[in-house]
Order: sequence, then C-alpha cells, then structure tokens
Amino acid sequence: MFRRQILKSIGVAGLALATGISAASAQEVVKVGLILPMTGPSASTGRQIEAGARLWMAQNGTIVAGKKIELIIKDDTGAADQSKRLATELVVNDKVAFLAGFGLTPLALAVGPVASQAKVPAVIMAAGTSTIVASSPYFVRTSFTLPQNTAPMAQWSAANNIKTVVTLVSDYGPGLDSEKAFKAEFEAKGGKVLDTLRAPLMNPEFAAFLQKAKDLKPDALFLFVPSGQGASLMKQVGERELAKAGIKIIGTGDVTDDDQLNGMGDALIGMITSHNYSAAHDSPENKAYVAAFLKANNNMRPNFMSVGGFDGMAAIYKALEKTKGDTDGTKLVEAMKGLAWVSPRGPMSIDATTRDITQNVYVREVKKVDGQLYNVEFATIANVKGSN
Amino acid sequence: MSAITPSTEAIRARAVLLGRSRWGVAEIIFWVLAFACYWLFPTKLSLLSEIAILGLVALSVDLVLGYAGIVTLGQGAFFGIGAYAAGLAAKHGMGTSLWSDPVIGLFIGGGVAAVIGFATSFLVLRGSDMTRLMVTLGVALIVDEVVNQMKWLTGGSDGLQGVLPSAVLGIWEFDLFGRVAFVYSMVVLFVLFVIARALVKSPFGLSLQAIKGNMLRTRAIGMPVNARLVAVYTVAAFYAGVAGALAAQTTQFASPDYVAFHRSADAMLMLVFGGAGHLYGGLLGSIIFRTMQDVLGNITPQYWQFWLGVTLVALVLFVRGGILGLLGNMLAAWRRKGGAS
Repeated sequence: MFRRQILKSIGVAGLALATGISAASAQEVVKVGLILPMTGPSASTGRQIEAGARLWMAQNGTIVAGKKIELIIKDDTGAADQSKRLATELVVNDKVAFLAGFGLTPLALAVGPVASQAKVPAVIMAAGTSTIVASSPYFVRTSFTLPQNTAPMAQWSAANNIKTVVTLVSDYGPGLDSEKAFKAEFEAKGGKVLDTLRAPLMNPEFAAFLQKAKDLKPDALFLFVPSGQGASLMKQVGERELAKAGIKIIGTGDVTDDDQLNGMGDALIGMITSHNYSAAHDSPENKAYVAAFLKANNNMRPNFMSVGGFDGMAAIYKALEKTKGDTDGTKLVEAMKGLAWVSPRGPMSIDATTRDITQNVYVREVKKVDGQLYNVEFATIANVKGSN
Repeated sequence: MSAITPSTEAIRARAVLLGRSRWGVAEIIFWVLAFACYWLFPTKLSLLSEIAILGLVALSVDLVLGYAGIVTLGQGAFFGIGAYAAGLAAKHGMGTSLWSDPVIGLFIGGGVAAVIGFATSFLVLRGSDMTRLMVTLGVALIVDEVVNQMKWLTGGSDGLQGVLPSAVLGIWEFDLFGRVAFVYSMVVLFVLFVIARALVKSPFGLSLQAIKGNMLRTRAIGMPVNARLVAVYTVAAFYAGVAGALAAQTTQFASPDYVAFHRSADAMLMLVFGGAGHLYGGLLGSIIFRTMQDVLGNITPQYWQFWLGVTLVALVLFVRGGILGLLGNMLAAWRRKGGAS
C-alpha cells in the first residue's frame, strides 16, 4: 500500500519533469543564462539585476531580429563553484547563446574558462575588479570597475581643498583595489594619505578604526565597504561625530547604495561619493526608468546593480540586432565592441579594444529630497574608461 | 575441563567481525546505481560529480562525528586546505610536470590537510562537545582569514585562478561535459569508501564507537583513547582534503568560499539529513540535499532555501536518524505487516 503510493508519486514527478523538458524545446529561441546570487549575503545584488533585466525585456519586447529571447535565471548562492557548474550546464544542456550576471569577482572569474571554451559571450552585470574582462576574450562588461569609480573621487578631493586623507577599507580584494586606486590618484595630484586602515571583512567592528582616523585629524576620511555593510559603518561614523571634528566623509557610491540609503538615516547627509549611477540622476531616460522600476518592483528603488542588468540586456539585444539574429559567439562579441547608447545612468559605451565599459562618473552629495535620502549629483567626469 | 581458551575467543571475535563486514545486496545495488548515473543522467554529470565530492566530505564528518562522536564544525577548513594545496600544485605544475598530475594532487591535498588535522587534533581532545564545536569552528575561521590575507599565494578573495590539472593518469583530459570529472570523482569516492568501511568494521572502528558510547569506561579498560581520537581525526582530515583536491581539480579553481563556514555546516547538515554513523548516511544526505537544491532552485531561484528548511525541520521532528532511519523504520513496518497477514 505504502510502496504503491511512493511508486505513484515517483511516476508523477517523472511525468512533470518530462513535460517541463519538452515545453522548453519549442520554436526558435535565443536563451540568455542569467547566473546570479539570489540567496545568501549578496541576494540584493541578484534581485536588483534580475529586476533590471526583466524591465528591459518588458519595455523592449521579447522578439529581437526575429528570434524570441528567453531568460533562464539560476541561483549560484554567491559560491564560485556553483557559478561555474551552472554556466557549464547552461551551455551544454540549455545551449544558451549568452551567459550573464555574475555578482562578485570570483564568480565571474570562475565562469571565464567556460565562456572561452564554449565560445559563448558572457556579460558581466555586477562584478567590479578591473582584471576580469581581460581573463577571457568572451567577457563584456556593463557594470563598472572599482578604479573607474574611485579615481574621480581622488581627483575631486585634490581639487576641492582636501589635502590630507585617511582611508578605511574592508580587507579584501575590492577594498584593497579601491585603496590603491585612491591613494595613487590622490598623491599624484599632490594630496597626502596619512594612513591606510583596513577593517576585517567578516563581522567588522569599526569603532577602533574610526577613533584612530579621528585622532589623525585628516581633512577627509575615505571609506569603502561592500554594499551590505554601509549601514552599520555609517551608524558608527555618526556616533563618533567625525563630521563635527571637521572631517569630511568621502567614498565610492557602494557605501551609499540606493537600495539601502534611505534606511541608513540622516547621519549620511553631506557625505560626498563618486559613482556611475544614482537613482536621482537628472535625465529623462532615468526618470522613466526609476518610475517604471518602482512600479514593477513593489517600490524597491533601483540601484547601480539594476542598471548593470538593464544595460546588460540592452547590449545583448543590440548585438543580436547587429548580427541579424546570428548566435555565433565570436560574432556576437564582435558586435558588442564599440556599442554606444544613452542609458539611465547617462551616456555609456563598450570599449572596442578592452570590451570594458566607458561611462561618466558623477560626484554626488547625500541630500534629503522630498523626505527621502538621495545621492544628488553635482559634478561629472565624462567618459572614464573601465580598464586600460 | 578448562573454560573457553583465548584462541577460540579470538576466532569467534574474528568471525563476528568478518560477518559484519560482508557486503549486503542493498550496498551493491547502491554502488551499481551510483556508477550507472553516468548513463542515466548524461546531462547532469557536473552536478553528480559535485554530489560525489560532497558525499566524501560528509563521509569524513561521519568518521569523526558518527563514529568517534567528536562534534565538529571545522571539516570545511580541511576541505579548503586540500583544495588550495592541490590547486597550487596543479597551477605551478603548469599542466605538464608530475605536480599537476591529478592523482598526485589528491595525495598532496589530502596529505597537507592530514598534517594540519594531526596538528590541530590535540586541541580537539580537550573539553566537552561545546568546546570542541568552538575549537573546530575557530580553526576553520583562522584558515578562512589566512586564505583571504595571503593574496600572493592564494589570490585572496578573487580566488585561485589558472588551476590546470593535466589528464587523469595521463590519458583522460577533463572535458566540458564533466564526463571525466564524474568517473574520476566516483572512483576516488568508491576507493576511499571501501577503506573507510574496512576501517569502521575493524577493531579500531569498534573502539571508536566504544569511545563515543562512554569515554570514561573505555579509558578504564585500557584503551588509548587520545591516540584513537587523534588517529581518526587525522584520517578524516585526509578525507576532507582529498575531497577538496577533487573539487579544485574538477572545477579548476579554488576560492575562499571553499574554506567558508557554510561548507562545514552543509556537511554536518547532509550527515544529519542522511543519518549519522552508517557511512551511507552522508552519501544519501548529499544526494538528497543537492538534488533538492537543484530542483527547487530551478523552480524558485529565490525561495528554494525555505523549502529545503521546511523539509529539514520535518525530518528532524518526525524521523529519528535521518533518511536511513526512515528507511529502517519503513522496512521494519513492512516486515511486521508481512508477518501479520
């Protein structure tokens, strides 16, 4: 009796599986395999990118050059071996024409060899270490790179009467990258970095570092932490009253992530950051984008990750139009080289030689607009290259 | 008329032990099915080799937890050490020399992990379950941070890139479909399983279970408890290290995620899922855990963890001893029913 029930349920499950498979292999479709961290500590990245990609498809239809675009979303939980396995399965089993997503640098690096071997273009929609794109000829980036977003901050600081800076970064690859980029650019422009502080990545306690920074009395304190840690860092910055001690708080836009900015409280008002995207960017494209995004996502505010997803899909669509629906990987990468368009973030292009993103970087100040905190842009550094 | 002589006693003990170590039909079916997956699921081979590797980690946890009763949250550290050791060997062997040979890489990964396992095993001898939990967790966290900091060697948070192991035994190149990776992982798992099986059915294995049952009493009858625990902990570290080496070779990289806390927690979870103290528990656990993750993850990429959690809670609430316990209960119930009718 019991056994018969089990057998029956196994049969039903098998049938469901079989119909699922046959439904997928109909008409002529171009599949895009989106590998994102949908769970785990980087889940917000995955959510934003998925929403961005879906919004592009909702606004531009699912038929490009006569082919139907199908999005397959896979959760890699932020673990690099999962990203690699899912990429392999998407290429081998689902025969995707594009791989895309990649929330963190190691996840993208793990997929590189698969893309090279299978000759499938891989669009980086988030990961920001500058070296990734060079690691496979099939990588194209639509997000940003850390040096790209950091160097303008140093230039602006040097030009605006900030002579001494203390840097405080999370002690891991991207943190050290931004420390290096800031220091090099700032000292080249005549400024002086008094000290480079590094807080542990796991369970950080910033109080001691902030006190040390305060004691050194710099003109400004430069911050970089992964986007999830911004809130707790800024709370402690507020408690230490660094602003009252005459120390300007500066950083890259990762700290003042639009997705979380509102919840971080008024301690952030006045913070100066440089970044490639703000939800408050003043352009008709962005106004339309933000309005549609809020509507489609239950009032979740789009952040810089979401435009990475949105523009990543844009690059995919434009490449397919250029090849007239040809899904040969090498031709698609060729087609993406040199693409230029106006995105919600402003004008952007894919560099024809490096395949990395060239875009404007904006200097912004955290301000209260209509009762909500926004990064309000006040200076633009045009056409900053992602990598050389 | 003398009583039973020591020699007949020894013969009887030997017969009992040999009887216990005979292979059952279910076991043979299990392994035949496992290898048959190569033909049954040709599109899922990379997932299957991952399951084999996870099964090996769960097996190593079973040795220390299920048999010796050492509660550990540090097995992920040995997994990671093995991965990085084998990865570095393959990377700097540049795909040609002996260093990048995968099988030698297994011994390098397992060996380095075993050395560190041996060194840290003395910490584990101290204190109660809670202390052990903290000590093993502490060791794992230290390894994690060391990997993050030694950027020049490990590549830091970007992970170790360019791991290119040469062909297995100089014949089979790793392919994109994961065929070689699957067969290779399965053979390694099977060989190590057979050794582990012999180990736990041996007098050594029985002494471990005695230690788990009552350490004080085992000590009182003259068993070298500490030496036994050090030995099994080292062996388990070797197993986890080999699993790590397999992972680094089949995925061709290593990242700090390989030493992260959740690896240890997942291994423990799989073992509890499957049932500890049977060797097969960890294997079944890893099969079910990963398959569920894959199936649920395809249905709902955002909320699969919820359903996995629900299943786990249900299992812990209603079934003692994991999946193996459930199977045992069902078998017993079926026999009772068969006997009554």
